Amino acid sequence: MQPILSCRDVRVSFNGFQALQGVDLEVKPQEVRFLIGPNGAGKTTLLDVICGKTKASDGDVLYRQVENIRKLQEHEIVRLGITRKFQAPSIFANLTVWENLELSLKQERGLWSVMRAKMTGEGKEKMEAMLSRIGLMDQRDQLAGMLAHGQKQWLEIGMQLMQDPEILLLDEPIAGMSSTERHKTGELIHEISTACSVLIVEHDMEFVRNFSKQVTVMHEGKVLCEGTMSEIQQNEQVAEVYLGRRESAC
Amino acid sequence: MDKKKLGCWLFFIALFLGPLYLTEFRLALMGKFLCFAIVALGICLIWGYTGILSLGHGVYFGIGAYCTAMYLKLESSNGQLPDFMEWSGVSALPAFWIPFSNPVFALGASLIVPALLASMLGFLTFKNRIKGVYFSLISQAVVVVFVTLFVAKQDWTGGTNGLTNFTTLFGFSLASPLVQIALYMLTVIILGLSFALAARLTNSRAGRVLSAVRDGENRVRFLGFNPTSYKVFVYSLSAALAGLAGTLFVLQVGLISPAMMGIIPSIEMVLWVAVGGRHSLIGAILGAVIVNSAKSFFSETYPDIWSIFLGLLFIIVVMFLPNGIVGAFESWNEKRNKAKQKGGTADAADSVVS
Repeated sequence: MQPILSCRDVRVSFNGFQALQGVDLEVKPQEVRFLIGPNGAGKTTLLDVICGKTKASDGDVLYRQVENIRKLQEHEIVRLGITRKFQAPSIFANLTVWENLELSLKQERGLWSVMRAKMTGEGKEKMEAMLSRIGLMDQRDQLAGMLAHGQKQWLEIGMQLMQDPEILLLDEPIAGMSSTERHKTGELIHEISTACSVLIVEHDMEFVRNFSKQVTVMHEGKVLCEGTMSEIQQNEQVAEVYLGRRESAC
Repeated sequence: MDKKKLGCWLFFIALFLGPLYLTEFRLALMGKFLCFAIVALGICLIWGYTGILSLGHGVYFGIGAYCTAMYLKLESSNGQLPDFMEWSGVSALPAFWIPFSNPVFALGASLIVPALLASMLGFLTFKNRIKGVYFSLISQAVVVVFVTLFVAKQDWTGGTNGLTNFTTLFGFSLASPLVQIALYMLTVIILGLSFALAARLTNSRAGRVLSAVRDGENRVRFLGFNPTSYKVFVYSLSAALAGLAGTLFVLQVGLISPAMMGIIPSIEMVLWVAVGGRHSLIGAILGAVIVNSAKSFFSETYPDIWSIFLGLLFIIVVMFLPNGIVGAFESWNEKRNKAKQKGGTADAADSVVS
């Protein structure tokens, strides 16, 4: 299968600090890919580059192998079908859950079309389906800022899914969740992956072990190795820079 | 919700019937305040709903007023050179003044010039992601630039004195009380229409995008919206409202000078909205009327120390009513409703101010 997203020799530097030093990464359609690595490895920076928040100083980010999205603006990248969930839940606190989802509907996002936009039956159904999927049906008319932390995370994931993404970027989606919530999130992610590719940054090793197929390990701005979790646990290099330290710490 | 609507209707009808119960002097004052209320509506849209603090709306108000004043000046000069130009030794009408002899052009320009200026300025700043206090500072700088320019080009703009001594509008004498009453009613109607337009915008999906820009501009980007176009739009709209208000102001007051578009009036405009409640359109209107009424009441009653009272009013609002009068009323109402639901045990009226 052709990769839907390919990063080729992506480099990023912040005032001389090399956050990414030539990252190559390929994500296939409907793949769930975990990105792990110690702090400062450049995982979040890589997500930032893909979604356009940070501009790469060098290298290419190819979408569907033809379109170079490296220099596009954030909203243009989103319109192609790459959406991003941030580490800290970022939802619109002063809008209701329903309104949050309304803005996230896949729609024409130009000023004039949005001003004329009316709620269609189809859109409504889609939003209601999403509400029950993320378990927020009862909180429909609540202000999103009043939700519990885990619910906010779910709302944000729901907001990304409303856009029918091709690639979903998740930055530590289970941070701050209880163990049942974690499990539900893991299952949700696998459900999602029937429709789109998911690229996840995660620190929680147990979660990675339970829900990962392919894992990419990053270290000091480079990709160290790729493989299944058990392959990676066998890798000595990885054990040295990351797992070993972590395992012994646990 | 329907109660609210009814309240708005009653409010506008009461304003519209003003000529029946206000003296000529009070009516003229009220007409002026309602012009300010139109400016406040625009500021409420951009600041309360979109979260952009512009401290430069005086410029748009002033430009709108000047555009109309140029027409009035030409009409009152009867085809001759306006008086101040003669005093400055200008021999022929400057080219850019000529089209303003057409009232349609002048009135159109009073809307379009502020909107165009705002969209240019907005595009450059918002596209480069200049926001927050940096944008406020730039908007202040624009005020300084324009005021300096208007004062310096005395032969074109009338300098510090501004434009005044108008006589007629479409041949009707501006001094006639009937014309003044008609202008007052026109102001009420335009205020009502602007309010309806703004309410419709804020209740639409686009309005929710504006609130979303205020709460999390980045998240808006990552939902595929381009915040720049929304911000430029709302900035131009509020500038056009300010220009419209300027036109109505100059028709009723008969004077526009650089002092009325300077830094202090620009900041005052924001204060009206803060006092009324920046998250509420009706609050912005009330704020403009209340602050200006208070200003004229204090200055009539305590001519020596009135500005101290005005300052106190602002301090009280900032300290105790962070969401303005309407915001305080709403939270009080909410508390009362909650208390009712609980069976009325809690003392609902214990803190109206906090």
